[in-house]
Amino acid sequence: MCGIAGMVNLNGSPIDQGLPRNMIGMLHHRGPDAIGTYTDKHVGMAHARLSIIDLAGGQQPMHNEDKSVWITFNGEIFNYRELRQDLIRKGHTFATQSDTEVIVHLYEEEGEECVRSLNGQWAFAIWDANRQRLFLSRDRLGVRPLFYTITGQTLLFASEIKSILAHPAVTRAIDLQALDQLFTFWVTLQPRTIFKNILELPPGHSLRFEHGKMLVQSYWQPNYPSCVVPMDEQDCADRLLELLADAVKLRLRSDVPVGAYLSGGLDSTVLTALIKRFSDAPLKTFSVTFEDPEFDESAFQKEATDFLKTDHAEIRCSYQDIGRVFPQVIWHTEKPVLRTAPAPLYLLSRLVRDHGYKVVLTGEGSDEMLGGYDIFKEAKIRRFWGAFPESKIRPLLLRRLYPYLQNLQSQSPAYLKAFFHVRQDDLSSPLFSHLPRWELTSKTKMFFSEAVKSELHGGDVYRDLKGLLPSDYLKLDGFSQAQYLETMFLLPGYILSSQGDRMAMAHSVEGRFPFLDHRVVEFAAGIPPRLKMKVLNEKYILKRAVGDLVPLSIKKRAKQPYRAPEAKSFFGGDTGVARHEYVDKLLSANRIQKDGIFNPDSVQNLVGKAQKGQAIGIRDNMALIGILSTQLVIDQFINNFSGRHESGTD
Amino acid sequence: MAQIEGEIRQFVIDNFLFGQEDVQLENDDSFMERGIVDSTGVLELVAFLEKKYQIKVEGKDLIPDNLDSITNLRRFIGNKLPVA
Repeated sequence: MCGIAGMVNLNGSPIDQGLPRNMIGMLHHRGPDAIGTYTDKHVGMAHARLSIIDLAGGQQPMHNEDKSVWITFNGEIFNYRELRQDLIRKGHTFATQSDTEVIVHLYEEEGEECVRSLNGQWAFAIWDANRQRLFLSRDRLGVRPLFYTITGQTLLFASEIKSILAHPAVTRAIDLQALDQLFTFWVTLQPRTIFKNILELPPGHSLRFEHGKMLVQSYWQPNYPSCVVPMDEQDCADRLLELLADAVKLRLRSDVPVGAYLSGGLDSTVLTALIKRFSDAPLKTFSVTFEDPEFDESAFQKEATDFLKTDHAEIRCSYQDIGRVFPQVIWHTEKPVLRTAPAPLYLLSRLVRDHGYKVVLTGEGSDEMLGGYDIFKEAKIRRFWGAFPESKIRPLLLRRLYPYLQNLQSQSPAYLKAFFHVRQDDLSSPLFSHLPRWELTSKTKMFFSEAVKSELHGGDVYRDLKGLLPSDYLKLDGFSQAQYLETMFLLPGYILSSQGDRMAMAHSVEGRFPFLDHRVVEFAAGIPPRLKMKVLNEKYILKRAVGDLVPLSIKKRAKQPYRAPEAKSFFGGDTGVARHEYVDKLLSANRIQKDGIFNPDSVQNLVGKAQKGQAIGIRDNMALIGILSTQLVIDQFINNFSGRHESGTD
Repeated sequence: MAQIEGEIRQFVIDNFLFGQEDVQLENDDSFMERGIVDSTGVLELVAFLEKKYQIKVEGKDLIPDNLDSITNLRRFIGNKLPVA
């Protein structure tokens, strides 16, 4: 796990050798163990290393036998041993034991198609000197980040945007269309990022730059079948467990100790149980607990750790803690967020690092692949009800949704029906499952300034998103469509980035995701929806597959998504004033007016509500967090970006 | 009744539209369909009614027919308030 950066001069002019080093300097947190650079006539590559495999020999950038192929690589190739053996049989000579070198020789052997043989999580750049070709690739699901831009005659790439912004020729500005998307979908639609003209290489894509021409193309997509293929339930469960166990086994390959996140939910408990199958060594597990009981899962965590007998460490998170670290969190997310949920994960990765660990296995991806999220349940009920809108019985199922949201649970049936309304037009919409969520989120845009609203007038974020859907999307069943939207948009754009890579790497910790092993993903895509969610029992097939590997109480518990306290993290106490000085400063009318994105009067009204403890609804909270995090992005990356050293870390 | 209507309108503008008085809000506009209230907003609205008009909003009253527009609210409060 590491950070990468680099550049190619499109017109063949020489590289300023100091620039790659300056860019990689911004990524010290991703790779504190070593820095390496390589510069050719008109290409520069840099690498910040976090040593995990081949501690002595894995320095980068790395090259092939005759130094005609160079690589700078962030990530892990879990099947590197098997690939290495195969390449040796084909006559390749290895100078190291690292997985990095495997990619170099595999590229020599298979060219750009080499990525199809990789089982892992990666972002890398290869410079092929003979062909004068730059080849960038990102893993299938988007575990590892990779950004790029063209400025003047230079193509720049890096693991994080701050590294690109450190190049003196790059201008820093907010992309308002991206902001419009983010305040609807929680994510920008790739390749767009929140910064104008800085793009993200989408998951499952590669980029080739050769002879002045750039080509970005997809090499992988999730393969949801257009018609359901029946499966025997037990065979399906057995195969899922077999694949998942192998995914765990591969992800235990490391030259440093591997720990695990243990939230008290089904997914992380299953992973922890599987890890213990492969190792007798004491397993270190880590979790977040909350002072606020509404969010705390420590009772379930204790059940899991007692059952699995792990050596457990936890960090207790208060409102104050979240507010305190939020600026650093946004320094690492590099985009606005509508939830505070990344902040406790930032604290958690610090706990991991303080215990001397660099690698953790974690359960992300299970909810997307196996149908765990409430949004799948919500869509199923809404579709069932929409098929017979006059039914008095069907809408009663709405009560089964979101049991952890007290304000929703206290609503009358009439209001529940109104909240989860199904318009006849909606039933045929390709975005049916997500419309209530996105429509609710969109209401936060009422806080945009008149200038921003005017700039965005005529835009249509739904049209933008529909334009990214594959041609066979409409042939998918409703459940698979919902899974596709979660997997292709929210997973890479928020879960794996703002809550994943960025929070872990802030403290030089590598997350590994067995549920995102592409073999698991591809198998799960083909599982009939009725086995993923049996009636309204989410992740049914996983529960069946794991048998007694996990405590019954954890298998049977109601799904509780990971959440964190929001407005109370910034305003509270007896007086309701801001808990931290930066909150007052960035949300002041003057500052809001000066930065220009939001309406100062509306923001003051919202702040007033938060101070009185009244900003307790989903929409108000999303607006408050979205505005504050946008202001932090502007403050840290537009107004006060030095581009010379790390800032914002604690 | 005109006074109640004005008070409700002001509450909605202050709390759900965050002071944006230029937003067009007709008396019959559905708060739900316009996205003006979410599930918490309904509870905020009820708390306002109980405090401002000293009325008790029962569980059976929590329906859009009573609470989902300025017109509905005016009628609902009128029915709840003691006859002068």
